[in-house]
Amino acid sequence: MTALLLIIIPLAGAFLAALWPDNKSRPWFLPAVGSLHAALCFRLLLAPPRVSPEAWVGFDPLAAAVLPAVSLLFAVCGFYAVPYLQMREERPNRVFVGSLLAVLGLLSAGHQARHLGILWIATEAVTLAAVPLLHFNNTPRAFEATWKYLLVGGTGIALSLLGSFCLGYSSLHGGGEGDLTFVSLMAQGAGLSRPWVLASWVLLLVGYGTKMGLSPMHTWKPDAYGEASGIVGAILAGGVTSVAFTAILRIRSVINAAGESHMADRTLLAIGLFSMVVAALFLLGTRDYKRMLAYSSIEHMGILSLGAALGPLGTWAALFHVWSNSLTKGAIFLSAGNIRRASGSPSLDDVRGMSHVVPRSSAIFVAGLFATTTCPPFAPFFSELKILGAALQTEHGAAAAGFLACLLFAFFGLSRVVFAVVDGRPHPRAKSAGHAFRESFGFIAPPLLLLAISLWLGLFPPKILHSTWSAAVAQLFPG
Amino acid sequence: MEGRRGVIAMLNLLVGVAMGLNLLALGCSRLPSLIRTVATQGMVLGLMPLLLEIHRLDWRITLVAVATVAGKGLVIPGLLRRAMRAANIEREVQPFIGLMPSVLLGAGGTILAVALAGALPLLPEHAELLLVPGALASVLTGFILLIGRSKAISQVCGYLVLENGIYLFGLLLIKATPLLVEAGVLLDLTVGIFVLGIIIDRIQRAFDSLDTRKLTSLHE
Amino acid sequence: MTIDWILRIALWVVLAPLLPGIINKVKAWVAGRKGPPVLQLYYDLNRLRKKSVVLSDIASPAFVVAPAVAWVAVASAAFLLPLGPADAGVSFRGDVLLMVYLLALARFCTAWAAMETGSAFEGMGAAREVSYAVLGEAAMFAAMLSLCVQTGSISLVDMLEPTSAVGTALLAAGLFIVLLAENCRVPFNDPNTHLELTMVHEVMVLDHSGPPLAAILHGASMKLLLFAVLLTTAVLPMDRFSPAGAVGALAAGILLVTVGVGLTESFLARISFRNVPLLLTMAFLLCLFSLLVAWKGCASALGSAGVPPASSGRQDACAPGDPLPSSARAWRGGAA
Repeated sequence: MTALLLIIIPLAGAFLAALWPDNKSRPWFLPAVGSLHAALCFRLLLAPPRVSPEAWVGFDPLAAAVLPAVSLLFAVCGFYAVPYLQMREERPNRVFVGSLLAVLGLLSAGHQARHLGILWIATEAVTLAAVPLLHFNNTPRAFEATWKYLLVGGTGIALSLLGSFCLGYSSLHGGGEGDLTFVSLMAQGAGLSRPWVLASWVLLLVGYGTKMGLSPMHTWKPDAYGEASGIVGAILAGGVTSVAFTAILRIRSVINAAGESHMADRTLLAIGLFSMVVAALFLLGTRDYKRMLAYSSIEHMGILSLGAALGPLGTWAALFHVWSNSLTKGAIFLSAGNIRRASGSPSLDDVRGMSHVVPRSSAIFVAGLFATTTCPPFAPFFSELKILGAALQTEHGAAAAGFLACLLFAFFGLSRVVFAVVDGRPHPRAKSAGHAFRESFGFIAPPLLLLAISLWLGLFPPKILHSTWSAAVAQLFPG
Repeated sequence: MEGRRGVIAMLNLLVGVAMGLNLLALGCSRLPSLIRTVATQGMVLGLMPLLLEIHRLDWRITLVAVATVAGKGLVIPGLLRRAMRAANIEREVQPFIGLMPSVLLGAGGTILAVALAGALPLLPEHAELLLVPGALASVLTGFILLIGRSKAISQVCGYLVLENGIYLFGLLLIKATPLLVEAGVLLDLTVGIFVLGIIIDRIQRAFDSLDTRKLTSLHE
Repeated sequence: MTIDWILRIALWVVLAPLLPGIINKVKAWVAGRKGPPVLQLYYDLNRLRKKSVVLSDIASPAFVVAPAVAWVAVASAAFLLPLGPADAGVSFRGDVLLMVYLLALARFCTAWAAMETGSAFEGMGAAREVSYAVLGEAAMFAAMLSLCVQTGSISLVDMLEPTSAVGTALLAAGLFIVLLAENCRVPFNDPNTHLELTMVHEVMVLDHSGPPLAAILHGASMKLLLFAVLLTTAVLPMDRFSPAGAVGALAAGILLVTVGVGLTESFLARISFRNVPLLLTMAFLLCLFSLLVAWKGCASALGSAGVPPASSGRQDACAPGDPLPSSARAWRGGAA
């Protein structure tokens, strides 16, 4: 029941926010609902509820291993949203606040879905609910980004439905009764019809991979992240992608049970490394610091996919990386949003010397750069170290070498852009725009908090998280 | 037995018609005829659940059929026509991939679909149906339209053909799984197109045309 | 036997000129005009019969001979076609090929005669006619192949009689487009215009006069009837009807096709020249799809229940790996 509350509360909040009359006070719904959701989530994490095997929705170990990170990210972003939306009073925020809360509720549903159909419906609904968020800025470029997002994302979601049908039919062909919960699909195991399982894996990987932003289905990502506001980017990069990753993990466990784990591992490894290579190459070329964040996100999705390919050990590390990536990405997205506000442009052609204009945001941006490019002692360093260890332990030496090379090139690309933004003498135009933007407490504290959590996860990882990740791995790899 | 054979023949006939409409959609040089083709295909598909379950017809199946015919055949094409009129765009489709190459590609895709479907085992009660090749052919046709057309409305039509293919496939599962999946499809499809319609409206205001080739300010 | 043959020839010769009359009547009716009488072509033919022939100085005797040969070729092709309860005049294995080639021979002769005058116009018309035919013939062959696979026979009598519903709609659509193209109707060509840029068939016969022109016009109407019969018998399951019912169904089918042509001409515009290949390719692909569907349906229907054990050889022959088993076998038999 509490698990359902995680879905109901944000949706009810969205409904209320849509009815709320006052534009100025409406943003407070975001931190209020976000904190409530996070509190509930962590309570469930500390005292895991019993989930009956045939439940369609439930706070099972896998949900417990991922959802609290998303919830935490959302709560912090909610606090950031209040000053952000109050600064942008000229834009009505009824749809924005409502959609953002609906996204949170649907994300909770997606993470907790234990049924193939529910999982698909939740993912589709998240895709649609995120549309108004993307064209909040109401510029032609935002429309263009929204169109691409909808077209590519819609196609991906359609393919994942086709894949779900294939998996359903494989169960039917193997003598199943049409019960599409993951538990019963796994129980059917080798009884699933093999050609249909292969077809469904390809389609589902492409479908949910599109949502996750794995290359070559990543094309919507730079546009969407580049045009959306920082807070939307943070939620998309930290929340929406993680629900797709959870989906892939759940489906992978069915494929494993069907005896096709070798094939699944190889495809995940290939697509993961390919994403990292593509992201690293684009990072070396981009001249837009918000699109840079999108490519960095693609790179980290590649890392997650790579981790998932490396058996139980790698999956454990990938779950760790979901946390470290979500929180670190949140910090860097929010600080980039501040810089974007202060400079008035996302392009390196117009932006430089921001350390003079917005010194605190610039400091967080640089720290976020180091955190996200695997510098100790932030959490991504430790999670990626674990993935590297898993690669070496499972004798994937070449993959490990490629992984390290991509990380190196990504570091070159990211640091090139970040220091071009921060260093130098400010653009004259940026100075005047910078006066309009004040680095108040509300704009600085949330990214700083996220960075602090990332540091804490790296240095003093709590025992409860370790045991939750282990439980999730045990759920995915039974026996 | 004889009755069942007749039903199967009728269903296969409808799948055949849908495949022919795929080809027609690829060969359409004007938007209104493209929309009409896609609408016809949607209506043909809407009839199929009725035929498939003709002996055990209940209100759920009837609802799916009625909703499909209304949604795919009337509402969505109506919205598309309205968007087309509102935007006051030229009626030519202006393909990236020429009409002839796309028709040939579509035919190749259909042959590929038939070959692929041969590799997938079916339950005895589905063995004589052509649903799987029809579904795969429609999905491939949808992709060709999505990739090969520049106007937003023709891309939406391509997406609809893609959805139609998935719907065809879903018919295989209509008995076994609860209606949930099908209902989800219909709901989300309608909502999706609705949102697309709004977007089209906005794009039009922003660009004064529905040509996605002008959506190129975002690139590396 | 002889009486049957004479009756058959009489039926084809007498009934054929009715079809263009019906088409023109339908068009006139849609447009709200009175239109020419249904028997107009008969009057025209009678008038042409009495006229003398104007011959160009440079034309060889082929100018007169070719229309005659073309007429005979079309009539022979018509002879091969089964007419409901009355089977074909002549029937043997592979007669379908002969029919297609007789039609090609007729076209060759008209094109040849057109070029005899040495006029650029006729040459252009002939070039168009032949270039349409290249694609139309491919569609025609695909349709025939599809019928072969469905019935496992390459004799027109067997091929056209029992047809399954599978893919019939595709086949009908494809054959209808072929009919329009082969008979130079809208949307491929507007038979009413006499502008040199839009004509196809009419421009070829501009310099003919007198009885040869009558032969050409009558041959064209016979070709239209031939395609209408082919389409009707390919779509309708003729063997299910009683003899009287079959005659009625055949007549109704022909009438329906004719009215369909008339309505098409009333509601469609002629498509631009560069789109013609697209439409014909589409017809080809429609027939090809019906072939695919037929092959697939044949494989799965025989693969499941309902096959008597005696015909297990057939079952192998219709396996998915081998798309054209029965006809291929028949071929080998024919060669031996």
